[in-house]
Amino acid sequence: MNATIATPNTAPKRSFITRQGVVMTLYLLFLLLPIYWLLNMSLKTNEEILSTFSLWPRDFTLENYKTIFTDPSWYSGYINSIIYVVMNTVISITVALPAAYAFSRYRFLGDTHLFFWLLTNRMAPPAVFALPFFQLYSSVGLFDTHLGVALAHCLFNVPLAVWILEGFMSGVPKEIDETAYIDGYSFGRFFTRIFMPLIASGIGVTAFFCFMFSWVELLLARTLTSVAAKPIAATMTRTVSASGMDWGVLAAAGILTIIPGALVIWFVRNYIAKGFALGRV
Amino acid sequence: MNKTWNNKAWWMVLPVVLLVAFSAVIPLMTVVNYSVQDTFGNNQFFWAGLQWFEEIVNSERFHDALGRQFLFSAIILAIEIPLGIFVAMNMPNKGWTASLCLVLMSLPLLIPWNVVGTIWQIFGRVDIGLLGATAEKLGIDYNYTRDIGDAWFTVVIMDVWHWTSLVALLCYAGLQSIPQAYYQAARIDGASKWAIFRYIQLPKMRGVLLIAVLLRFMDSFMIYTEPFVVTGGGPGNATTFLSIDLVKMAIGQFDLGPAAAFSLVYFLIILLLSWVFYTVMTNLDKQER
Repeated sequence: MNATIATPNTAPKRSFITRQGVVMTLYLLFLLLPIYWLLNMSLKTNEEILSTFSLWPRDFTLENYKTIFTDPSWYSGYINSIIYVVMNTVISITVALPAAYAFSRYRFLGDTHLFFWLLTNRMAPPAVFALPFFQLYSSVGLFDTHLGVALAHCLFNVPLAVWILEGFMSGVPKEIDETAYIDGYSFGRFFTRIFMPLIASGIGVTAFFCFMFSWVELLLARTLTSVAAKPIAATMTRTVSASGMDWGVLAAAGILTIIPGALVIWFVRNYIAKGFALGRV
Repeated sequence: MNKTWNNKAWWMVLPVVLLVAFSAVIPLMTVVNYSVQDTFGNNQFFWAGLQWFEEIVNSERFHDALGRQFLFSAIILAIEIPLGIFVAMNMPNKGWTASLCLVLMSLPLLIPWNVVGTIWQIFGRVDIGLLGATAEKLGIDYNYTRDIGDAWFTVVIMDVWHWTSLVALLCYAGLQSIPQAYYQAARIDGASKWAIFRYIQLPKMRGVLLIAVLLRFMDSFMIYTEPFVVTGGGPGNATTFLSIDLVKMAIGQFDLGPAAAFSLVYFLIILLLSWVFYTVMTNLDKQER
């Protein structure tokens, strides 16, 4: 990787190998090596994994992936995960949009306290909530439903969505709102026709973050489901312990959980850094 | 920004409040309820006062888990923050290499946490993992299921692998917002690299660094899935952090009273520390605006 202009403060270097290039190559190698190892294992047979040690699959096989795509107990896990992640993203953004607008534009009774209270829910350890969630959702019939998991994940995704969106909305000058009202726009039309397109990248980034945190969470998702809505991550922990360590299939399932994330990253790659800074750069 | 006072804005916030109240306040009240009651089974509860809190606050088990938790969070912050800054300063800032770095670096962040655990569980195994096997070939005695030091090493390096990119991306966003004119001015003044870092880059990264510290502290303090998958809290209790201990107590042993009191104390500690970070952060925000 040759980074010709790596940091703005150094004069452009013409040499092929720069310090920046070396640092980044080493760091990316460190990041990718474990993932490569998983990919490597997913393409081997179980006998090869346990008997020989090799850096690439000698006995190349797609059998592990075939197992996952043909066995409903495996692939339904992916479908379940995607359903509740999408539901959660939609719910979070729908309720967070007006709230973030209120926080970015108005002062009202108890606003700062409310904002901090929302954030405390992002700080709450899921372990604290696992058992009470189980009891609450069982009693209202949400246990083992996709909606149940989606609502539980709102606990940390809604505050995060409000936080990120508020950051992006604060970057839009207030004069735009006022001009729109003078031009006779109603609030609803202004919000959907003018304001939302202005913060479209912010909404995209927020959706990405909701997707991400709902996708990676396991503790709550596993506690709140048994069969009908069981996420792929939970399928991995259970099936493996039952069938006596099927390493190849486990690795293949792991690789398949990385793919949706990788696809989503590609779409938001130009905004991702700003999003991680919660729109506050 | 100049905000107008308008209490009607409450109507816009109401859906969020109701939703979060349903998924946060009701469960939390259940926890509070359990924490002050005792049971002999059959769903018959009676008042126990602050007995559980006293028991938890004085128990050695809680002290040990809390100590390990603080040590873990401290190590994580001490490694990830400087490393993240260092990586961010070395990232290419335009062109396809920049996009490639962003995408590859975000990859570990989007892997489900138990898969992260699985990856490192496999990677560290002496028989089938690259790291374990390499260590063995080099004659290093490495076994994370038996040796306490090795278990800690594995858990820490896993977290560094998993989350350093978050810090790096945040710092990168901060660095990108510095206008070129600042660097030109610094070059005219003949400022050294260290001076540029200390007086231009670091102050500009202050806001994002606080977010990074806040997020990394909160998340490392409630870490559960990754170490649970890799070490299961072992060997012995060596990597039993607060969340692991709590789940063991609540769901494994079903000691509802002590577990609830444990939860509340745990939550209060996180709240207190996060409140400190948050106050510092918002004060900085006000200074800048």
